[in-house]
Amino acid sequence: MSERNNLLEVDNVTIRFGGVTALDGVDFSVREGEILGLIGPNGAGKTTCFNAVTGVVKPTSGAIRFRGKALVGQQRHKITRLGIARTFQNIRLFPEMTALENVQVGADARHKTSVVGALFRVWRVRVKPEELTEVDAKGGFGRLVQQVRRTGQQVFGLSRHTLEERAAREKATELLKLVGIEHRAGELARSLAYGEQRRLEIARALATEPGLLCLDEPAAGFNPAEKESLLELIRKIRDTGVTVLLIEHDMRLVMGVTDRIVVLEFGKKIAEGTPAEVRENPAVIAAYLGVPTDAA
Amino acid sequence: MMAVVDSARKADESRVRAVTGLRERWSNLPYGWRISVLFAFIIFLYALPGLEIPLITTPDTDFTSVLFLCAVYVLVAVGLNVVIGLAGLLDLGYIGFYAVGAYTVAILGSPNSPVVVQFPWVVCVPIAIAVTMVSGVILGWPTLRLRGDYLAIVTLGFGEIIRVFALNSDITNGNRGITGVPVPSEGSWPEWMDWFPGITAGRPIFSVSNVIGFYWLAITLVFICMLGVRRLERSRVGRSWLAIREDEDAAEVMGVPTFKYKLWAFAIGAALGGLSGALFFSKQTFINAQGFDLFTSILWVAAVVIGGAGNQLGVALGAILLAYLPERFREFADYRLLIFGVALIVMTIFRPQGLLPSRRRKVELEDRAKEGAVGE
Repeated sequence: MSERNNLLEVDNVTIRFGGVTALDGVDFSVREGEILGLIGPNGAGKTTCFNAVTGVVKPTSGAIRFRGKALVGQQRHKITRLGIARTFQNIRLFPEMTALENVQVGADARHKTSVVGALFRVWRVRVKPEELTEVDAKGGFGRLVQQVRRTGQQVFGLSRHTLEERAAREKATELLKLVGIEHRAGELARSLAYGEQRRLEIARALATEPGLLCLDEPAAGFNPAEKESLLELIRKIRDTGVTVLLIEHDMRLVMGVTDRIVVLEFGKKIAEGTPAEVRENPAVIAAYLGVPTDAA
Repeated sequence: MMAVVDSARKADESRVRAVTGLRERWSNLPYGWRISVLFAFIIFLYALPGLEIPLITTPDTDFTSVLFLCAVYVLVAVGLNVVIGLAGLLDLGYIGFYAVGAYTVAILGSPNSPVVVQFPWVVCVPIAIAVTMVSGVILGWPTLRLRGDYLAIVTLGFGEIIRVFALNSDITNGNRGITGVPVPSEGSWPEWMDWFPGITAGRPIFSVSNVIGFYWLAITLVFICMLGVRRLERSRVGRSWLAIREDEDAAEVMGVPTFKYKLWAFAIGAALGGLSGALFFSKQTFINAQGFDLFTSILWVAAVVIGGAGNQLGVALGAILLAYLPERFREFADYRLLIFGVALIVMTIFRPQGLLPSRRRKVELEDRAKEGAVGE
């Protein structure tokens, strides 16, 4: 496993908010194709670490590299395009948009059409006849209009905008299927159940075609059965070639799914290794259970 | 007391159902029907000045002038809707762009302006649109980092700055204003248009005394602009705007270049505002700083909110009500601020989403699902 390439390197990162040191010289790396767990007690700096990786906060010192490219100082949407996607601890969907549209926004990260392209539709691509607008109106004026549109498409081809829209819709539908909520595609995100919203967030993040997916407590508020199916989903995602960085409180879940674990406490890395190694590590046990008074 | 509120809520819910029911019925109609009805309605709008429909026509004012005002306000609302309804940026100084557009045409096109050049209308208007877009970007660049109320305050200031500048600057002739704002064309009505009520062959197409030409030009521009905005709405751009409105940080993290798209929203909104200003004041042929007060700006925002921010038909309805009602009921025109204020309060309590809310998306999707099923 050690000969795998490092996808993400967090190199001696320190983050201070005023007098508070949230992260203190944290070092770790995520290898291509693994599931890395990031654990630690409340306030250990896990989410801050996520925020640093995705550009939400700027490290006071240290470097973060993704596929060898420095991330510190990059704009957040550019980091997404480099291939890092994330979900949020407290769900942050676009509530008044449908589930499908939420995922489409993610897919748009890979598209090129902007205002001019959408308005004038000047870039045209020739397509096969079966991809053109269907003429299905019964007759009369409607049929005429559709016929004219189809002829136009035959002559000029379809616009890049149209093709990208189709691709985004297809990809979004596929991802909704992957996370298991395709039957709610047309509902507003706000009207989805809690578990479905969590899954929708994962689908939206995946739509940006990430190399690294950062999940911030994806199982928070789940019952055991839901956690089980989430485990399966995370494995499925890894099997499609996406590396996963996972923050989670639930030890059983973390131990069950991760390849390696990094443990933070008070902003410092206290342990790193396979789940079995971490479980036996005295520093970790102390951090989670406290140090017995007679040992002190 | 609670019972009253409750029953009002219930009545409201059933109304919402009625509207969505209507919308579903509409989208369930065959494509041919929909497109035919749409075209018939557009033709009806073109014919409206000649129809003399009782009750609707305004007894105290020239009906066509009222229609023209409605069209201009709809254009304003369509532009403001991009900024407020889609991108969710509260812009209280929209009238600033309206003024910039109008003044650009006046300064470049009128013989009485301090600037020596005198371009025809068709040259002035694209320049005016470009100038307003640039002014939108100039305003947006530093201020779009602000959010919510703070942005509202800055834009409000912008509107006032433009007005005070117009009032005191030499280039705008100060309070004396500029006369002789160019009309779109000096041509006159041809023989074959003589049949239309109100049109006399040989008379100028664009004149203050007969506004039909202006009205037709205005609604043509409205249709083009609405179509353009609709295209944007249903593209990556529109989705990005909605995402920014819903949660700007999440949008940014999902790869939406939020600053760029907010600037675009501002620029497009500004361009439409500038175009409507240019249009309105070429009918007036005279411009001074009087018409650009803060109240009009706020009334426009109210029209967008009352009509249904985010839905083009909704904001158009709001704009038409704003332009039409004071003209139709002249005796109440003085109270329009009061009436709109009360309407706004009532709306926020009982129907915060506006008269025609933007719930089109769900229906749209079912449409697509059907298309997909047919395709398989």
